[in-house]
Amino acid sequence: MTDQPDKNTEPTTSGLTDFTVPSRRNFLKSIGVSSLAAATAPVWMQAIEAQAAVADDTDAPARDERRMTLKVNGQTHALNLPANAALLDVLRDRLQLTGTKKGCDHGQCGACTIHVNGVAINSCLSLAAMHEGDEITTIEGLAKNGKLHPVQEAFWEHDAYQCGYCTSGQIMSAVAVLQDKSIGKDDHSVREAMSGNICRCGAYKNILSAVQSARIKLQEVT
Amino acid sequence: MRAFDYVRAGSVEQAVTTHSKSQSAYFLAGGTTLLDLVKLDVMPADQVIDVNHLSLKQIEVQSDGSVRIGALVTNTTLANHEHIVRHYSVLSQALLSGATTQLRNKATTAGNVMQRVRCNYFRDGISPCNKREPGSGCAAIDGHNRSVHAVLGTSDQCIATHPSDMCVAMAAIGASVEVQGPKGKRSIDFLDFHLLPGSTPWKEHALQDDELITHVVLNAPMPNSKSGYLKLRDRASYQFALASSAVILVMDGDTVRDARIAMGGVGTKPWRALDAERALKGVTLTQQNMEKAAAIALQGAKPYSHNAYKIPLGQQAIIRNLTTLTA
Repeated sequence: MTDQPDKNTEPTTSGLTDFTVPSRRNFLKSIGVSSLAAATAPVWMQAIEAQAAVADDTDAPARDERRMTLKVNGQTHALNLPANAALLDVLRDRLQLTGTKKGCDHGQCGACTIHVNGVAINSCLSLAAMHEGDEITTIEGLAKNGKLHPVQEAFWEHDAYQCGYCTSGQIMSAVAVLQDKSIGKDDHSVREAMSGNICRCGAYKNILSAVQSARIKLQEVT
Repeated sequence: MRAFDYVRAGSVEQAVTTHSKSQSAYFLAGGTTLLDLVKLDVMPADQVIDVNHLSLKQIEVQSDGSVRIGALVTNTTLANHEHIVRHYSVLSQALLSGATTQLRNKATTAGNVMQRVRCNYFRDGISPCNKREPGSGCAAIDGHNRSVHAVLGTSDQCIATHPSDMCVAMAAIGASVEVQGPKGKRSIDFLDFHLLPGSTPWKEHALQDDELITHVVLNAPMPNSKSGYLKLRDRASYQFALASSAVILVMDGDTVRDARIAMGGVGTKPWRALDAERALKGVTLTQQNMEKAAAIALQGAKPYSHNAYKIPLGQQAIIRNLTTLTA
């Protein structure tokens, strides 16, 4: 693990650190939607803090709601939610985990890909009610101890995005693909296994490079 | 998404009983078809019965060589199961050619059997569609009918293809669908499970009211057979078949001892080509004999304005599959 960007000292060659990587969300936050502090912490940490700040519902559920306990990124939430609440919408709107994106909302684009018990699924085609007792992981839950997951680092290093909207879904798929021994290691197998993540910008070449380079990074870790 | 009631079933009996008490209840497994179509208001659910907690997740090899697959076994699990990969290669290949990794991780065996057609006039919620709105007509017959519309088994009421790859492999292998309903358990031959549209295109399968699929049982594999699934489509991945073939072949030298052929993308149900199988049995597998069998498989095909190409494409799907299997 020698080729990872150093988060604490010098900026990377692109001149950007993770503190200042421009994104619409960062930009909006930095111009006053949020505090100055929000612009100086990595975006995923802000999201995890926002998730932690979501209070459990203490009232009895309303007539059209159910009481549900969801475990997301290791945190347990007791929430009153409508029976028809899609898991994607609960993650984004209730738990403030907006890293998971809504693209097509019909399982066709992969932007909403998350892990349930370590398995990649489309969160738009799941009801929250189906996932009580499951371990749910979103893009915000990949970084550990303030350090990006090797796949996240690889996407950064290989410039494996343009607009970035599909990126969290791509990364969640890539992490699952790299863990799955039934999926081949060759480029063709990776392309096939990730065909459920559409990139309208067409960054597929760099996405593939990132996934294959992350494969090597992960081997070095273990 | 429309509001609906959610019930988690603790047993098959409870699922069936709950279903029988509601006018517009649907069983919810992977959700990849149901929630998609509830969002489009094509399946107007007032209640969903979550069956994911039922113990229907086993793949059991039985003493007679048949394989009993639980309704909730995911497409991913089934495709990668050692016994299936080894003895039912055609099924593993068909499953892996369908949908995407994420969808296969959610989609179940019974859900795949029950998946709905991909005709855009069915899905758009407004066009005339006899399947969605009996008696409203069929916009596909004179409309955009190039990719997911059939040339075999159509009627003047509906021409949508059955979209499953898995079911095409099962039709070739031979299987039965075990169901449980208010009157108890029964078994339906796989080839009788999906119905032709005829004059009742809204009736898609042989299930009676409130019946739940519990298992699919595959016939024992044919000894000394080779099998493969060939899917032809507009892109290399993540696309429904324009034409596909599932072929199981037992050879004796250059002579065909036994053959099973089923087709996808060309029929209104998973299409078993029994006459083509008979034409191959006992003959030498020459190019000419393959072409003859393929022509028989598409005999009686009726092309529509944009899908006449499916007749030669379906034939090629059979010929190429046979050629690859014996190469």
